[in-house]
Amino acid sequence: MAPKEASIMEGPGAGEESLGVTNGKIGMWTFLVMDAMTFAGLLAGYARLRWTPDSLWPFPIEAFGVIGIQLTAFNTFILICSSVAMVHVLAEQMRGNMDRAEKWLMATIAGGLIFLGIQAFEWTHLIIDKFHLLMDAGYNQNFPATFYLLTGFHGAHVAIGVIYNTILLMGMRSGKVTEEHTSTTEIAGLYWHFVDLVWILVFTFVYLI
Amino acid sequence: MKEITAKGYLSPLTEEAKTNKLVYLKEWLCSTDAKRIGVLYLAFALVMGIFGGILSLLIRTELAQHGSQIFDPSFYNALPGMHATAMIFFFIIPAFTGIGNFVVPIQVGAPDMAFPKLNLAAFWILPPAALVTFMGFFLNSLPEFGWTAYPPLSNNVYSGMWGADFWVLGLILVGVSSTMAAINFLATVFNMRCKGMKMFQLPLFTWSVVVTSFLILAATPVLTSALLMLTFERLFPGVFHFFNPAGGGDPILYQHLFWFYSHPAVYIMILPGFGVISEVVSTFSRKHIFGYVLMAWSMIAIAVLGFVVWAHHMFTTGIALEARVGFMFLTMLIAVPTGIKIFSWLATMWGGSIKFDTPMLFAVGFIAMFTIGGLSGVVLASVPVDIQLHDTYYVVAHIHYVLVAGSMMTIFAGAYYWYPKITGKMYNEFWGKIHFWLTAIFINVTFFLQHWMGMKGMPRRYYDYDPQFEWANTISSLGSAALFAASLIFVVNMVWSWKSGEDADENHWYGDGVNLEWLIETPPNHHNFHEPPEWKPIIRQHVSPDQPGGLWHAKD
Repeated sequence: MAPKEASIMEGPGAGEESLGVTNGKIGMWTFLVMDAMTFAGLLAGYARLRWTPDSLWPFPIEAFGVIGIQLTAFNTFILICSSVAMVHVLAEQMRGNMDRAEKWLMATIAGGLIFLGIQAFEWTHLIIDKFHLLMDAGYNQNFPATFYLLTGFHGAHVAIGVIYNTILLMGMRSGKVTEEHTSTTEIAGLYWHFVDLVWILVFTFVYLI
Repeated sequence: MKEITAKGYLSPLTEEAKTNKLVYLKEWLCSTDAKRIGVLYLAFALVMGIFGGILSLLIRTELAQHGSQIFDPSFYNALPGMHATAMIFFFIIPAFTGIGNFVVPIQVGAPDMAFPKLNLAAFWILPPAALVTFMGFFLNSLPEFGWTAYPPLSNNVYSGMWGADFWVLGLILVGVSSTMAAINFLATVFNMRCKGMKMFQLPLFTWSVVVTSFLILAATPVLTSALLMLTFERLFPGVFHFFNPAGGGDPILYQHLFWFYSHPAVYIMILPGFGVISEVVSTFSRKHIFGYVLMAWSMIAIAVLGFVVWAHHMFTTGIALEARVGFMFLTMLIAVPTGIKIFSWLATMWGGSIKFDTPMLFAVGFIAMFTIGGLSGVVLASVPVDIQLHDTYYVVAHIHYVLVAGSMMTIFAGAYYWYPKITGKMYNEFWGKIHFWLTAIFINVTFFLQHWMGMKGMPRRYYDYDPQFEWANTISSLGSAALFAASLIFVVNMVWSWKSGEDADENHWYGDGVNLEWLIETPPNHHNFHEPPEWKPIIRQHVSPDQPGGLWHAKD
């Protein structure tokens, strides 16, 4: 049998008995469960290393300084704004206003890029000026190790998200993604919101507590 | 050149492929048809299974007699880990993924998997991943830390070999592949069922794949994160000290993360087997499965409990006694849902019209011998006993009763059961039965004495042992050689029958198959069904014959 309403965008369609959403959305949700567990593994490792007696773990304020935390808080704000922009992409697409959708999508991508830029600046600064002082002071060497692993792994997610959203933008530009393909945007949005959500966890664990 | 006349999904898609074998081969290797990908998975698993079997033969040859036999100790040290890796990640899991790929879309009444291209990609990650994982064989630098890769043994100081880095990378790739397959299965089963196929109308094999996919989804990434940490620590030893106490790390952390995956992994390796057995027992007893709903829920219970028992692998690492006792009771609790399954299979057979074809023989053999493995698991779960038996051959015996008598025999049962559907041919029943009897006998010859060795204190993974164990080891080694030879019968039977077997019927097993795969032609067509099927809900639960739905195949 030919799959129902099959198109290049969506592959085989949903069956008669389904959860009432596209296959792609279930795929993304289940992927996110997997991704969440990867972060859970890393965060559990972080927690275990940090919250043991005599772990010699620096407080965030010692490690990053007030300005450092504020910078990252600002970065968090940027990422949340980018997430909000992604919501607008979908809303405009549903209204059939593809021009505006594209603009919001560009704002989303810009948010991701700014986030990455600030993170790159922060990493450079910490590597050159900051962390070796901490090590000299005898703090746990796993503080920078976990810091780079967690923020780096998340940063890779942001980078992939930026690429993902750029591909979506190219699809909209070339007319392959039209106002009917809301689920394509919605699935990209799921990923982008997830990246945002995970960052809030990472930020809380690494910079706030 | 002779024209290819295969039927169904085996038939060439283009005119060119009909006469040109290379084009036909390319069509197979690039196919997005779940059935073809399933066959690719099975073929890959077969090759890797033979490879893993040869590795186990090497181990047993070295251990056949006391003293040093053929290898130097460092090569021997690498063998158990390589054997385990080959069997777990490249034989058992791909074999079940292969069967699932073929059967699940048909059983739910879908034309294909939800993401056909992802499906193909997931498969094609595997062969390169195998190459990367076993790169140590080519570089002559095999990792010698077993499949568990515990630091500090696995860090760059004690295992500086390149092969170890490749091994870790390979395992991460395999994890990616199996999570991709899991995502695909879940989307297919949740979203692509045909009309009337409610969740509690699903065949139990499909149910088992659903539960397994959730396990893969939640457990595998934790192994990935542990391996990522290990890789960083190995590659940048001056910066990362996650598992190194000298740098403020904690080696036990690795074990926690590792077993958080690797305990559920044993359920990833056995739950699809449970599903296969449910199908086989029900078909060959000509009865609906006893306690269908409970069979589904008991799998879910095993999956949930499987996530909260990991530390029973770590009773001797010095974790708190309170934690150990808690994990001990949780571990023992798993025997309850597993017992439900065992007794449900027995009750399904009870009063049934049983036919002992090869799949059924394997199913019954599985039930008997897997129970031994399950019971020795309860023994090991007990903290004081485990402290005594930890890292002895008792553990080896336990895991092999669960994985060889469990997973491997269920893979054989599934392969024989669906063989007529997959190939359109019938395998040789006589040699199938010979294969079963040799397998059943030599599993016990190989592994039963290992319980005794373990109780007497023979450590696992060692190059040499106390002379008092020699006679038992010799018997075990002979048994393993015979077991391997018996498996070759299977390989020959499968390959030969595909070429020269008799044609199989649509509903080959006496017309007793009730699920959708038995209601379509053999072998199935490219899109499984000519038009969207409609599933008339049946009473899955076994009820007494005078009740409605109590009779097998009661058609209105």
